[in-house]
Parts: sequence; structure tokens; C-alpha cells
Amino acid sequence: MKKFLLLLSFFLTTCFVFSQTKITGTAKDQRGRKLIAASIALKNSYDGAVTDSLGNFSFKTFEKGVFVIEAKMTDHKTVEQNITIGKEPIVLEFILKEEVSELKAVTVTAGSFEAGDKKRASTVLSSLDIVTTANANADITSAVKTLPGAQQVGEQEGLFVRGGAGYETKQFIDGTYVNNPFFSGAQDIATRGRFSPFLFKGTVFSTGGYSALYGQALSSALILESIDLPERSEVDASISSVFVGVGAQQLSKNKKSSYGFNYGYTNVGLYFNLIKQKPDYFTVPAFHSLEGNFRFKTKKGMVKFYSSFNSQELGLRRPNIDDENLKNAFGLKNTNLYNNISWKENLGNGWKMNWAGSFSTNKDDIFSQIQDQNNQHQFTGLSYIDNNNFTLLQTQNVSQIKSVFEKRLQGISVLRFGSEYWHSYTKAKYSTYSSTLNDDFVAGFAETDLYITNGLAAKIGARLEHSSIINKWNVAPRISFAYKTGKDAQMSFAYGDFYQKPENIYLYTTKNFDYTKATHFIANYSKIDATHTFRVEAFYKKYQNLVKTYPNYNNDGNGYAQGIELFWRDKKTFKNVDYWFSYSYLDTKRDFNNYPTELQPTFAANHTASLVAKRFVLKWKTGFNFTYSYATGRPYYNFQNPSGTKYEIKDMGKTIDYNTLSFSVNYLPNLGKQNTKTFIVWVLSATNILNQNQIFGYNYSYNGNIKQAITPPAQQFFFLGCFISWGVDRSQDAINNNL
Amino acid sequence: MKKVIILSFVLVNTMFAAFSQNEKFTAAMTATLEQMKAAKTSEETADVAAKFERIAEAEKRQWLPYYYAALIKARMAFEAKDKDKAADEATALLDKAAAIEKDNSEIFCVRATICYAHMMVDPMTRWMQYGADATKNLDAAMKVDTTNPRPIILKANSLKNTPEQFGGGCATAKPLAEKAAKLLADFKPASSLHPIWGKESIDEILESCK
Repeated sequence: MKKFLLLLSFFLTTCFVFSQTKITGTAKDQRGRKLIAASIALKNSYDGAVTDSLGNFSFKTFEKGVFVIEAKMTDHKTVEQNITIGKEPIVLEFILKEEVSELKAVTVTAGSFEAGDKKRASTVLSSLDIVTTANANADITSAVKTLPGAQQVGEQEGLFVRGGAGYETKQFIDGTYVNNPFFSGAQDIATRGRFSPFLFKGTVFSTGGYSALYGQALSSALILESIDLPERSEVDASISSVFVGVGAQQLSKNKKSSYGFNYGYTNVGLYFNLIKQKPDYFTVPAFHSLEGNFRFKTKKGMVKFYSSFNSQELGLRRPNIDDENLKNAFGLKNTNLYNNISWKENLGNGWKMNWAGSFSTNKDDIFSQIQDQNNQHQFTGLSYIDNNNFTLLQTQNVSQIKSVFEKRLQGISVLRFGSEYWHSYTKAKYSTYSSTLNDDFVAGFAETDLYITNGLAAKIGARLEHSSIINKWNVAPRISFAYKTGKDAQMSFAYGDFYQKPENIYLYTTKNFDYTKATHFIANYSKIDATHTFRVEAFYKKYQNLVKTYPNYNNDGNGYAQGIELFWRDKKTFKNVDYWFSYSYLDTKRDFNNYPTELQPTFAANHTASLVAKRFVLKWKTGFNFTYSYATGRPYYNFQNPSGTKYEIKDMGKTIDYNTLSFSVNYLPNLGKQNTKTFIVWVLSATNILNQNQIFGYNYSYNGNIKQAITPPAQQFFFLGCFISWGVDRSQDAINNNL
Repeated sequence: MKKVIILSFVLVNTMFAAFSQNEKFTAAMTATLEQMKAAKTSEETADVAAKFERIAEAEKRQWLPYYYAALIKARMAFEAKDKDKAADEATALLDKAAAIEKDNSEIFCVRATICYAHMMVDPMTRWMQYGADATKNLDAAMKVDTTNPRPIILKANSLKNTPEQFGGGCATAKPLAEKAAKLLADFKPASSLHPIWGKESIDEILESCK
């Protein structure tokens, strides 16, 4: 009864003493477009409404007096307004400015393929994609070769991008340059990259026009960002036809730090016994690799340390091209130590800091000999044959520090600036000649990402560099724009100057060089949604000051590259099938090295295409992956200098087209098993399953009368491996700690 | 005497004010819960979520309106174009609920739902992370309240949508749904405003797993 009375009086006071006031109005954005589902709330009351499909709202309230009324909506700035509620109806108009948000805003995509960023659904390649791309055998560079812009060069390691040589592509890990990203190898045989794709959470493959934060790469940059803390502690083991490995990762209980190590031993001896190789290996290629890492969270950031040590050896004999009774023997021992430390910190107040340091040392101990049929060392007295009798001891050290500061400007616009310093030291002993190169390289850079609206963004930057070895400065401007043209669609444009100092091999002879230079112009259109990616990109590049080696070493070379590229990825049309297709058209010529004139370089094919398809069959817990790559023939030349004053083309031609179809199978027997702590992946892969002939170019005898095709050591590569990880699940600890 | 009268008058008045505030909350919550049950279209659902959010922001010390607003937003995230963004909005509301009511089984359940929404953006690459996070939250939900049927319902639902080869399907989902049905029958909510949902989901699983 009492309750009833109270309720009654409550209703009386609210209903009769005061009457309701009607509040109506509209919500629009700054351009006058009506906003649907904007939330209107009379603060400190329960009253409010949501705008309808016309952007209108209406509600009634018993409240009286001065109130704050708020309008808010996703991706828009919340607006508040003071109102005095009396008896009269109130009509309001809210204007909510659209906020530039990282997810909605256009991003400058000209020239770059971003991969592995978890926040964006529309990434091009994740680390899982890299390991499940047939033909790549979990090698980052090989997987990247299925993207447009990259050439199918099989006789040398490296990425040959848009008419650029392999050494014009540089790799960066957590901001710093990696000096020897590939294993050392013999001439005409490509080697793998040293780093596993699982080390990285993000990969950006830039085929041009990249950020002012990076330099000394004329054609392309492969920017790798290492993973943060692992998701759990685990112990791993692997065994395969060519290697064995063990490793462990320990994630601390509070999930703030981790450490781990991996050891692997690769020996292809057993495999080479089964699968015939063309060269005669007297030292079977073998590697030891040891890696360690630790990572910890700081107050508002993270410190990461990674170190790897590799040692390898190999030795092989191939027939001598000038004298069929002789052989060329080549032996290599290499050790490589790589260390990288990086520190990211959010300094507050819109400031971020990114500090990185790295140190690497690489030692090559090489011998090359002319041998007879009994494998005895020979001197012929003919200089063009005896040139192959040498030893080379080379040490390369690179130390770097780099700091980048970032200040958030209005909205999500940022200003970045910083500097870097590299010291490189190279000491080589070529038979009896010794030489040393020292370079102190400094660079300063600044760049700003301006988000003018969600539909228009610009990246403007510049870079200033000085290299002590050639004692030259350069200033490289970089500008790019992105403009949203429609739903999920945008256009980007990029322009930039790129400088690279000449390779050490030339600097041994003279230091009287300038930077080699490339100017990039790129236009790009892309349409990307969660399951499809479509890109088309056109580019023009001008090369200046390329290194010429004849008649003397100078910077008189030049060239150009232009082309158009397509990329299409589709995860939806065919059920459970994910495929991508890339096509590159390239028109390029350059005059460099001992080229007598401007020619299409030997590493450039006019047309390159790849089709990668993956299908996972749940029923069998098995993934099937196919890669088909095609490239038109590449040019080859024989330059002769009969007069002693000028190189001439004595012979030239184009190789046969390059075709390779590869497949791999991943079988995950424990997939989906409840409560299992063991995770197993079986991998079976084969490259070039149709056994098509591959010719990468030709080597000529000294007199030019004999030509020999450059082919891979074996047409095909087969791999069978088993990877096991035992996870130490900390979820129980996490629950206990939470409670 | 006069003092006593004034004092009692003041007392009654403040009590009345407090009581009416509580009544007002209960009445508004009850009405909004009814509206939630009746909501059919996505507009109606969004309207209910906004209403819960307004109540939550006016009250500040009640976790339930934040909880319901987060629950609805989490469910809406599955249909949203930008699932990550919608799920993040749900998380923001749920964090406010969790700041008021610590280690609540129901809140863990919504956390798990949000994880599933994130996972649906790209299940193939995200199940390792978000699937595990969801399981973690459901395990926590079961641990804090063994009588709560809702974590079991969510688990059953997730299993039903998991391929048999991955240890899902009716074979594993059905027994859980049956267990959840029993728990739900015995479940006594702390008040008429506390969560009692789940019967429809159970029926749906049992229906499709006949």
C-alpha cells in the first residue's frame, strides 16, 4: 500500500506537476549529409533518441531546466549543446564533423604492398600466406616474387624489381638495413634468405616511391617488422629431408616479456644423393643456424632484441667453359652474425619514439681453382683461365643506429623525423691484394602524413644523406597522394628521388663516384574489400649516374623503366579457394657496367605473370597450394672488345620463356582436436612439377665461340618436412590471475 | 516537536527521492528489457542499445545497462560492415561495466562474444588468436559461476558452427546445449533485471541437432 502510494505520488509529481516537452531535430555531417543512427542523449537523464533514415529524431522528456544534450556517431566528432527545457517544444540541428579514422581513411598505396597487418582485413600477404605459397618453400623473397613488379630471376638471389638489379632492393628489419639478407652462394645459383617468415608480423614490399625513412635502395625496399610477444610458450621441433631444428619460446606469466632460441642444422647431402645435381659437390652445402631473442614491454612501449648466427660451407666443381679438360672448383665458408635491437615508446602527448640499432658481421672465405680431371690444381698460363685461380677473404661489418620521432598532429595526421648513422667496414684480401673500405653514412629525414579528409591524404617527405667514402651529399624528396574515388576504391600518385652509393666491388677500384640515382613516378588505382583486392599500377622510372666500368669506372650510365602491373586477389568467388594473379609488363633499357649502349638488362623480362591458388580441405585437414609462374625470355649478350677500345655486341638473343608449376601440401593432423597441446604440420612440396626446362641466360667462353646455358643445379626441388610444436598453454594461469 | 516533524519530513523526502530514483531505474530498465525482447529490425535493436547506454551514462554506478548495451552491440557486430570497429565499441561499453562489477560471469560471456565477432573478419587467419581468447573468457565465465548456463550456451553455439573435423558439430554441441538447458531451468537471476537470456539459442541448437 505504501509502495502504491509512493508510486502514485511519483506519477502525480512527474505527470501533473510537470508536463512533457518535445525535442526534435536533425543530425548532419559537415557537408550537409543526413546522419542515420546518430545517438542523441539528454545527459544525466534517460531520455534521448536515435536518428531515423532521414536523419531526424524526436523524443519527449519530463526534465526541466538547463541540460546538456549530446549527439554522437561512429567516426564522427561528438557534439554537445546546452539547452534550457521549458514548456515550449525544442528544435535542434546537430552538425557532426566526420573524424578522419585510420580504418576509413585512404592510405597511400602507390608502389607498396602491405602485408600482415592484423588490423586491416585487406592485407596482401600474411606470414601464413608466405609459408603456404607453393614454390616459395617458406622463403620470404620467393613468395614476394609472386607479386607484380618482381622478376622471376632464378640464377641470383635478391629481388629484381621493375628493371632494377638485385642489389638495388634493400631489406630493412625494424627500421634498420640488413647487409647480408641472403646466404652466401656460388655464381649462377640463387640462395635463400636468412630470415624465417615467422619472425615477422608485417611485411611491406615497396616496388617504388617508398617513404623518406628509408634510403640507399634505388629500386625497391622490403620492409619487415618483427613480431611482438609470442601468444604462448612453446617448444618446437622440426625434421625434414634437408634440415632438423629445435626451438623454444618462453612467455612470462604476466605476459610482459618473453625469450626464446632456435637451432637448426641443414645438410642437403642425403637429398643430393637421391636427386641428381648438375654440379659436382665436393663439399655438400651445410648450415648451422642459431637464433635468440628477448622482448619485453616497457611502460608504454616495447623493446625487442634479436640475434642470429649462421655458419655455412659448400664446395662444387663445374666444367670449365674454355677448356673441356678443365674444371672450375669453388669452395666457400661463411659465418654471419646479425643483431638487432629496437625500442618503441609512446612518450605521451602525441609523441612516439622509435629507436633501433643493429650490428652485423659477415665473413666469406672463398677459394676458386682451375682443376684437371683428377681434381688437381692447375695453372694454364692463359690469363683468362687462370683468372679463376684465386682466394678471397672478406669481412663486412655494418653498425647502425636510427631514431625516429613521431608527433601526432590534428586528427590522425602525423609528423615523423629522425636520423640514422651507419658505419660500414669491409676488408677484403683477394689472393695477395688487400684493401679496406670504411664508410660513415649519415642521413636525416622528415615526413608528414597529412589526412585532409577521410578521402584525401598526402605523404610528403625528404631525406638528406652523406656518405664519407664518396664524400657526397644528396637530397631526396618524396611525395605521394591518395584520393578516394568511391566505395573501397582509391587512386594514388607517388614521386620520389632515390639514391644509392655504388657497390663495394666498384669502390675497391676507385672512390671517385657520385650516387646512382633513380626518379620514380607512379600512378595507382586500387579497390579493396575484405575478400577482394584489385590493383593496377603504372610507373615510369629514370635512372641516372649508373656505374659504368668501361673505359674507366665512372657514373656515366643511365636508363629508364616503364610498365604497367595488375594484381587481383579473390578469397570469395570459389568456395574455400584463395587465389591471386599478378601480371607485370616491363619496358626497360639501361647503359651500365660494360654495356656498349643502352640495352634491356639480362635480368629483365618484358612480361611476367604468376597465379597462386590455395585451397584448404577441412575434411582432410589438408591445404593444397599451387603456384604457376611465367615470364617471357630474358635477353643475353656476349660483349667482346676486339679493338681494345670499345665493347661490341658479338652475340645476343633471348632465352626461352620461363615456366614453372609448383605445388605444396600442408597436412595438420591435430587441427581442431580439443585440448591438445601438440600441433603438427606436415609439408610436402615440389617445384616445377612439369619438369619444364629453365634457362636463365648464357655464359660465353673467352673467345665467344662457346655458349653454355645457365640452368638451375636441378630442375626440380622436393621437400618433405614435419614441424611440431608443443604449446605450454598459459590460459589457466591467466584465468587464475584474473580472479 | 516541530523539529521532529521537520526532520521526519526531510527524512521521508530524501528517502522518497532515493526510492524514486531506484524505482525510476527499475522501471526504465524493465521497459527497455521488454523493448529488447520485442525488437525485430536492426533499427529497433540499435535504438534499444542507445537507450541502455543513456541509462548507463545517467546512472554511472549500475553495471547492467552497460552490460546490455555491450551485449547488443557485440551481437550487432556480427552483421556490421566494419566488424572490428563495432566490436571495439562493444568493448568500450563492456569495460565500463567491468569497472563497476569485477569478474562477473556474464561480462566474461560478452567478452567471448566480442572475440568471436573479431574472429569473423577473417576466420582462417584469426581463429588462432581470437578463438583462443574467446575460449579463455568462456572458461573464466564458467569458473566464476558454475551455475551460469550462458557460457555453456556460447560454447555450444561455437562448437555447432565448428566443422566436425575440428572437433565441433552436433556431436559435441548437443550434450552441452542439453546441459545448458538444465542449468537454465534452475537458474535464479539476482534480480528481475539480471540476464536470463539463452533459451532461444538452446532451442535453436537442439532443433538443428535433432
